[in-house]
Amino acid sequence: MKKKKIISFVIVILVISVLTVLLQKLLMPKYMTQIVEGALTKEYYYEKNKDHDVIFIGDCEVYENFSPITLWEEYGITSYIRGGAQQLVWHSYYLLEDTLKYEKPDVVVFSVLAMMYNEPQREAYNRMNIDGMPLSLTKLRMAKASMMPEEDLITYAFPLLRFHSRWKELSGEDFRYWFKRDQISHNGYLMRVDVKPVGRLPSPRLLDDYMFGDKAYEYLDKITELCKKNGIELVLIKAPSLYPHWYEEWDQQMVDYAEKNGLLYINMLDDLDEIGLDFEKDTYDAGLHLNLSGAEKASKYFGRILQSRFNIPDKRNDEKLKAIWQEKADYYYKMEQEQYEELEKYGYLLKFNMKRNEENNIKP
Amino acid sequence: MLFTSYSFILFLCVLISLYYLIPKRLQWKLLLLGSFVFYFFSGWSNLLYILATIVSTYFIGLKIDELNRKQADYLKENKEKLTKEEKKLYKEKIKAKQWSWLLACLFFNLGILAVVKYTNFAIANINSVLSIFRMTELSFVNIILPMGISFYTFKTMGYIIDVYRGKYEPERNIGKLALFVSFFPQLVQGPISRYDDLAQTLYQEHSFEPKTFSFGFQRVLWGYFKKLVIADRIVAAVLTITRNPEKYDGIYVLVGMVFYAIQLYADFTGGIDITIGVSQMLGIEVKENFIRPYFSKSIEEYWRRWHITMGTWFRDYIFYPLSVCKPMLNLSRFSRNHFGDKIGKRIPVYTATLVVWFTTGIWHGSSWNFIVWGLLNGIIILISQELQPLYEKFHQKVKIGDTFGFRLFRIGRTFLLMSSLRILDCYRDVGISFKMFFSMFAKPDLKPLIDGSLLKLGLDMADYIVLIAGVILLVSFSLIQRKGSVREMLSAKPAVLRYSIYIVLFFTVLVFGAYGIGFDSNQFIYNQF
Repeated sequence: MKKKKIISFVIVILVISVLTVLLQKLLMPKYMTQIVEGALTKEYYYEKNKDHDVIFIGDCEVYENFSPITLWEEYGITSYIRGGAQQLVWHSYYLLEDTLKYEKPDVVVFSVLAMMYNEPQREAYNRMNIDGMPLSLTKLRMAKASMMPEEDLITYAFPLLRFHSRWKELSGEDFRYWFKRDQISHNGYLMRVDVKPVGRLPSPRLLDDYMFGDKAYEYLDKITELCKKNGIELVLIKAPSLYPHWYEEWDQQMVDYAEKNGLLYINMLDDLDEIGLDFEKDTYDAGLHLNLSGAEKASKYFGRILQSRFNIPDKRNDEKLKAIWQEKADYYYKMEQEQYEELEKYGYLLKFNMKRNEENNIKP
Repeated sequence: MLFTSYSFILFLCVLISLYYLIPKRLQWKLLLLGSFVFYFFSGWSNLLYILATIVSTYFIGLKIDELNRKQADYLKENKEKLTKEEKKLYKEKIKAKQWSWLLACLFFNLGILAVVKYTNFAIANINSVLSIFRMTELSFVNIILPMGISFYTFKTMGYIIDVYRGKYEPERNIGKLALFVSFFPQLVQGPISRYDDLAQTLYQEHSFEPKTFSFGFQRVLWGYFKKLVIADRIVAAVLTITRNPEKYDGIYVLVGMVFYAIQLYADFTGGIDITIGVSQMLGIEVKENFIRPYFSKSIEEYWRRWHITMGTWFRDYIFYPLSVCKPMLNLSRFSRNHFGDKIGKRIPVYTATLVVWFTTGIWHGSSWNFIVWGLLNGIIILISQELQPLYEKFHQKVKIGDTFGFRLFRIGRTFLLMSSLRILDCYRDVGISFKMFFSMFAKPDLKPLIDGSLLKLGLDMADYIVLIAGVILLVSFSLIQRKGSVREMLSAKPAVLRYSIYIVLFFTVLVFGAYGIGFDSNQFIYNQF
């Protein structure tokens, strides 16, 4: 009798566990259309070959502005962008800590724009940056450092507790991507081929205080320390996006920080001509982010620096890597082709314009 | 620490695990520690209030008992020496001393309650008078109402009165008394347990009993279902209607009234289910506080089935003592002499009833809304008592039997009557409450019920579907419950069916519960009483 009860209990626990996992998978946002950057964090863990020369960490200024395929094709550099929507410095630190559990790159590139934030900004960004990580102490520490006052740590361990109310808004997308996802990035790069030229940029507003905050510095120090500890070269980079405005005072702080810590800091805004960027053609949202043509130009420029400064060997002759990257490049060009075709047919990219799709009654 | 918080669930898991792992003689000590930890998390300053109540009640209880012993010893020693008259005088002297101690205890503890709960209410009323004479108004004071203060104060006052009455001996272990006062599942919203009901089961050693534990767990789950799936969902519509009286009058008031009745029932009984369920998981039996109150056929019956421990508390510690106190007996005599027997015997009963309902009202909240609500309850009960002979005559003439239809009519009538009174709970002042009540008759436009307006109250169609399903489940549950314990019935079913029901209920709470970001999980309504 006792044995029977124990077996029943174990079965109940198993059923509850399985149902919990299934429900959690169903109810969590899939980020396969519109806000696709939400899927970036998770996608890294599907990557079979986690052995890269360069790892990028940061916000949209890395995942929209650099193309690992270009770095491979031009310089034979293998790279992955562990970027996320409004990835804050502490997000970047913990994502790097987690990445180092899988691989040890030669160079880590950190996008410094996030230094402007000293506090968590929005719960939605936390979820996009954190939820995709497998459960670990790193993930929980990252959540703890990032949470808004209304958030609960336990919801990062069991996201069902956060997303349970999505039962109301379940759509075909949720069922389609219940168990598998599309690959939306190219080693972390989010491709957009459309063009929206820079119009009139808003004038930079005066700030009360130009100093970056203590928390931002604390985590930048941690990134620097982590890289040193692991023998990794850290590069600080300001990507060539025209907006948000990058103040001279901010730039000087990064120059000073790099000098103090013996790091390379590159402000690509200083080299727009050398990069060859044309903001009439190379941006898809009027200067906030580069489009494919812009990202390829920026990558060619940056790859040259990476190769010359850090002697990263050209691996294009490595047969195994060659095959892996060829497959990646095929997918890259296929997506590029599809996006151009969509642009021609509809005048915009379907995946990023769900509202227009609804208006035009198009189901992508 | 709210019952609906993740920290409470974690706290409970740790506490229950330890409870059954440690030596049984330490169980009550662990519960005491747990209760203080629980209370500490609701604000450390709250601990000071409850400690003051525990310490004062403990020592005064002992003092009263000491006087009892002193009296017994003295009378024994001087059995032969004292005359009957002297003995009586001595007893009266001792009783007077005990009375003084009792009063000191009541004044001290009810004083704390009065200060923290009613100071600002008093200031607001004084200011209303001062403003008439254009005098400088008093500033409000910033006092946070300690969680559950009304509940534990009433518990301790019941205890000290019973000790004074000699119903039982005082608790000599201050830790045990502290546990009785602060037992965490009851701290939030009662029930108001009596010492002689709770003490023994609280201090007993408890072995893990799978059936009791499982029953407790099921009850907790059912409580969360009521609270999270129903109460915390429907509250959005209740607040939209009652906080915007200028926009939502007429038929909306009726909707708000019915929705609030559902919210209050699901919220309060859900909380009590959690309390009783958690206690049961610990092997502790706590008295029921509700017996399907919305099935009551009269307002009197309703109050016998709703918040039972509060009703009996007021009956035993206010109504009865008040009815037989000297001034009341004098009033009775005076009334009979001046108005005759018929009216004279009613005056003291009416007075005691109205005092009890006034106290009940003000106990519920420091505002005129609650006072008027309490008095209206009392007045309706008295009127219905007076009209009873008339009803009986009418029934004899019309010959309405105790049919199902008539019972249903009476249940519906009582439900609507009680819901109407609760309007005072919802609106910001008495004037608006009455205005809204009468607007139901002045603007009988039923269009909002069918033109989609109900979907603009903060609930969408999916919410309404969940609510309707939830309410149907609640009613069905209550109907089945009339035949006996639902959990007992379930336990007789095949394991697969039984466990499937538990699992479905668990996931219903998990998925359809209105908690987390996007929902402002409400404190239990009775927390602040």
